[in-house]
Amino acid sequence: MATTPNSFRTGPDERGHFGIFGGRYVAETLMPLILELEQAYDTAKADPQFQGELKYLLTQYGGRPSPLYYAERLTRHLGGAKIYLKREELNHTGSHKINNVLGQVLLAKRMGKTRVIAETGAGQHGVATATACALFDIPCVVFMGAVDVERQAPNVARMNMLGAEVRAVKAGAATLKDAMNEAMRDWVATCETTFYCIGTVAGPHPYPSMVRDFQCVIGEEVRKQMMEAEGRLPDTLVACIGGGSNAMGLFHPFLDDPGVRIVGVEAGGKGLDTGEHAASLLGGRPGVLHGNLTYLLQDKEGQITEAHSISAGLDYPGIGPEHSWLKEQGRAEYVSATDDEALEAFQRMCKLEGIIPALESAHAIAHVIKLAPTLPKDNLLVVNLSGRGDKDVPQVAQRLGMKI
Amino acid sequence: MSRITKRFAALKADKRAGLVTYVTAGDPDPALSYQILKGLPAAGADLIELGMPFTDPMADGPSIQLAGQRALKAGITVDATFDMVRRFRKETGDNDTPILLMGYYNLVYQRGVERFCKEAAQAGVDGFILVDLPPEEADQLKPYAAAVGIDTVLLTAPTTDDKRLPAVLKYASGFVYFVSVLGITGTKSASEEAVRTHVERIKRHTSLPVGVGFGIKTPDQAAAVARHADAAVVGSAIVDRVKAGLDEKGIAKPDLVPGVFAYVKALADGVRGVRKV
Ligand SMILES: Cc1ncc(COP(=O)(O)O)c(C=O)c1O
Repeated sequence: MATTPNSFRTGPDERGHFGIFGGRYVAETLMPLILELEQAYDTAKADPQFQGELKYLLTQYGGRPSPLYYAERLTRHLGGAKIYLKREELNHTGSHKINNVLGQVLLAKRMGKTRVIAETGAGQHGVATATACALFDIPCVVFMGAVDVERQAPNVARMNMLGAEVRAVKAGAATLKDAMNEAMRDWVATCETTFYCIGTVAGPHPYPSMVRDFQCVIGEEVRKQMMEAEGRLPDTLVACIGGGSNAMGLFHPFLDDPGVRIVGVEAGGKGLDTGEHAASLLGGRPGVLHGNLTYLLQDKEGQITEAHSISAGLDYPGIGPEHSWLKEQGRAEYVSATDDEALEAFQRMCKLEGIIPALESAHAIAHVIKLAPTLPKDNLLVVNLSGRGDKDVPQVAQRLGMKI
Repeated sequence: MSRITKRFAALKADKRAGLVTYVTAGDPDPALSYQILKGLPAAGADLIELGMPFTDPMADGPSIQLAGQRALKAGITVDATFDMVRRFRKETGDNDTPILLMGYYNLVYQRGVERFCKEAAQAGVDGFILVDLPPEEADQLKPYAAAVGIDTVLLTAPTTDDKRLPAVLKYASGFVYFVSVLGITGTKSASEEAVRTHVERIKRHTSLPVGVGFGIKTPDQAAAVARHADAAVVGSAIVDRVKAGLDEKGIAKPDLVPGVFAYVKALADGVRGVRKV
């Protein structure tokens, strides 16, 4: 057992490892390009001009800061913790994904790359990438599983309108994992000119820490906003986990505040005991996929098994390596919410707060519905409303038997 | 001296380059796959790469992806792959043709690296080519492989420049595998000129033999590579011959195995037609 570190915020090491997790498990062809990216990012990170441009874009284009909103009706309804919503769904393009994309596309421009590719599940990262590429006038190709193209049709139309090419991936289960495989295959062939804009805190180093850094604006704002609202730090943080970027963005700035309880919510699909879920931390083991060592859903041999979730953005058999490390360190708790619980939370959020949440975010709310009533009224709970649910309207309407 | 090193020494004495053939273990099913493996040396393979199917072969094009899916569907496992090698050594009495396992690191990691290396060595495996284990992570494997006498063949790519080559070579043994194109398996082909320049460049850094692969589809292309490299590696094009031997229902036609051997022989003729000084 590793001893508790002095700080949970210093990782990864120079090889991109968080404990045993993370690393750079990629084809040699990509390795030199990944090293170049790492160097370019390190330089950009320390460059006030880059940071200034990014801040300008996040504010003037992205609409930051996003509000920290006291959800009074939800709070009263649940009768426990005082619930605040971090309103990432109000960002331009409708989710937290834009925070990361603006950073990466700015970096792509700076590195002289002339083409950007991305993988997408729910389509939110794809839409954000297509948006930034339109803004910066860079050709953009988005890989998306054919099943997701179907269930997130509104986002496919948005990407097309924004000028991106959407490539439907039919391999495997035709969801997010397969989209990422295909993006990696494209990248190996085009890496000298193409920037791969990964949508979550996964992939080979430096992606997990780079994407985390870009998403940390969420948690940093929450710190300030909560101090202003309540004069102290929050007690509980809750976020959904696909690859883990909205969660890491909220959690990371609080990792060294021992009084802050941190809870990540994985997609429980039809239930953890059915085997049909996407909860890699709760139902998987460490292994290597997509460039990093992390918890994965896999069989005994190490063949990756298919994830299942109602939410395309959580339908992934892996998770960012830093979450795997936080789990093993015991610094964060990881739980799950099922498809049905998420659907129920989706509807409650609509009716109680007048907010249509993304199905991904609905998983976090589903856990809040369970957790909040068990907490005292002075417990300040922040849940990350990572995205809005417009993209899910057709799918949910169908599930609920509504006509549209 | 390892079988791989011995084989390259013998090729050198023969004044010719070698042919390295890749087939996916268990494709199209374990029985036929074993028949193919058994007959490869007679068809002209000097070294054999046996692919370990993985659900997410990120560096492979459609041909090898499909081969892996056929094999997984037919029930291939790591144990069955080791068994194929063990049977090959026992039944053919061939103690000279090197067999390398090629694939992705997760299958090795799940078994436990030390155990995987030991079992592979006991089965008669001579080398590993792990696509997603660059030198940055290779220290996890190298000591255990070395302890049981298994060579670690590392990949170099057109993007691996002179500054980086020593880092790759530090973990390489047996031979160096030059991936001649930017891209996945079975797609683009490199020009002879590009192969020549890169092989010369790599040879300035190492005395290890250099094998060149990715995109070699015809006997002429294999011959062109043989003019400059110590071995030509052919994978997707052979695997395509397996597919061509299946009917539309995926059932093997009688000419599947002979079709693979005829093609390997044509490649071998191409490679052997080149005399080295
Ligand atoms: C709104 C929303 N929330 C969450 C996620 C899951 O990603 P992550 O865990 O990286 O935040 C997605 C992914 O598509 C999303 O669209």
